[in-house]
Amino acid sequence: MSTGYSPCGPDAARLAYLDLMREIEDFYYREADLLDERDYDPWLELFTEDVLYWMPMRLNLPWEERAQDITSEEDTAWIHDDRATLEKRVRQIQTGIHWAEEPLSRVSHLITNIRLPAPVSVLPEGASVTVKSRFFVYRNRLETETDVLVGRREDLLRRLGGELRIARRKIVIDQSVLMAKNLTVFL
Amino acid sequence: MKSLGGSAHALVDMQLGEISRELFVNQDLYREEQERIFARAWLYVGHESQVKAPGDFFTSKMGEESVILTRDRAGKLHVFLNTCRHRGMKVCRYDQGNTKNFICPYHGWSFATDGKLVGVNDYQAAYQPPFDRDQWGLVEVAQLKVFRGTVWATWDPQAPSFEDYMGEAMFALDKGFAPWDGGDGQTELLGVPQKWIIPSNWKFVAENFSCDVLHTVSHRSVDMVGIGPSVGEGRRDPMGRQLVTSYPGGHGCLYGIWPTETPRQDYAGSAETAAYFQDCWQRRIKRMGKQAGIIPVVGTMFPNMSFHAQQPRTILVAHPRGPLETELWRVYFVDKDAPLAVKRYLRSYYLRYSGPAGMTEQDDMENWNYASAASLGTVSRRYPYHYKAGLRAGGASDDVPGRVTENPVTTEQNPRGLYKRWADYMDAPDWTALCAAQEQP
Repeated sequence: MSTGYSPCGPDAARLAYLDLMREIEDFYYREADLLDERDYDPWLELFTEDVLYWMPMRLNLPWEERAQDITSEEDTAWIHDDRATLEKRVRQIQTGIHWAEEPLSRVSHLITNIRLPAPVSVLPEGASVTVKSRFFVYRNRLETETDVLVGRREDLLRRLGGELRIARRKIVIDQSVLMAKNLTVFL
Repeated sequence: MKSLGGSAHALVDMQLGEISRELFVNQDLYREEQERIFARAWLYVGHESQVKAPGDFFTSKMGEESVILTRDRAGKLHVFLNTCRHRGMKVCRYDQGNTKNFICPYHGWSFATDGKLVGVNDYQAAYQPPFDRDQWGLVEVAQLKVFRGTVWATWDPQAPSFEDYMGEAMFALDKGFAPWDGGDGQTELLGVPQKWIIPSNWKFVAENFSCDVLHTVSHRSVDMVGIGPSVGEGRRDPMGRQLVTSYPGGHGCLYGIWPTETPRQDYAGSAETAAYFQDCWQRRIKRMGKQAGIIPVVGTMFPNMSFHAQQPRTILVAHPRGPLETELWRVYFVDKDAPLAVKRYLRSYYLRYSGPAGMTEQDDMENWNYASAASLGTVSRRYPYHYKAGLRAGGASDDVPGRVTENPVTTEQNPRGLYKRWADYMDAPDWTALCAAQEQP
């Protein structure tokens, strides 16, 4: 590994890294619980005011163009939200007449493969760290309608007021033609 | 093609405004539609901005089938069926790109971007005598038309010209796909299409966009939270008086008519966008006078090309996949000359409005989904759908061509017109009969 954590490093740095990783894992598990228990207001508080919540699309491209098979930030996307729009999505569900989520779907978020591509041991106030993870999201609604949404997330987590906050979220789903009729579930 | 003897018209009662549920669930009707509608009508294929340079291609669909829109080495546009003439393999499985040839991965036949078969594996040794390669190029559409950047095609050589097919609906396309200043500048797509699958019949989508003002109640939740391009409630800026217009070809459109003496305040949520729109609006008035205020809001060009032409600006094609399954392809367009900041602002607005994550469109898809599901049953199918709004209203207007209803604006005349034309296609054996049927009420 070129930077940051080394398994052969000083014990203090190793312990600090493990402590930070536990904090990050716990952050994601709490986020999953908030979403799956429909506790959307505290969920919104996990995001910074300047967050970009972005879900690009996937293309079928030749091998030599594989690096472009995720649409860029200047392209269209499934979702390209700022904080205000994210809040509106929550408020829409809370109206009780957002028919696509009324009655609510049953959802489970499984978050795994949490990894820091450039590991750090400490995250001081105002500092940020990139965190990669996988999601496996099961959605079932009404009688038998079922969707499985699987892919990767790449978050930028920032420490603000001592807490972790999501400053940027990139959601990369493993589908080109989306097989769910809508994306009313937060990923 | 043999005539169905008027059996389709029996399912579509124009006098009573009642349409059989069979149109939305019946497998046999669905198969007939592929032959009688999608293999005959003019279909939207793509946008010129997707194939700018020689060798550029974009893989699209016409009805159920995969097609390739490509610009050949000489700069000419083509639309080909995406299947090898040897054993049927797709010759292109990439969404877009630039290529010299389409090479079949199965036995290696290769086709140039003008469709010619230019390479056959083991040609000299395997084929004695050699076969005529000119006869085995890619299958090409019978007619192709580019109009204000949009690319259309039909498989049927007997189909009327694009202009005759659209008839007076050309007015809607001309106004709807012009840049904001109403001039001859270009529009471009913001990026690649959104593609997703919904569990309902394609006609729910077509009729919804042909104009269904009554269904705005579906969108009450998004209106309450407010996602419009200006700060405040709702989904859109005001668009003026509204007129509903249907055309004999089965096309339908809702227009907004803005009184040009009244100032507009659009896109107040973004200073750059508001300024750009205002500048275009002034030039539009200078160019078009009172006509400047006439802009389509939403429409469907028969059978399955739908659009929003004001807020947002987008094309939605409902590709059939079965009586109860549709693949939606949605693209978004902007003025090519608009500043980058404007395009970015429009993109975020468009994306929170439309598509599977669009806060407006999500609720439509829930309704189409369970309307389809609840219409499948033996007993359910006995009861026709109700299309009686504005049944005897409508006439002509000085502002726009076509059959126009302003009061009530909630009229269902456009879905009625779409299903009347649907029945024409299903019953008429050829284009002579189809053209004659168009003149019948």
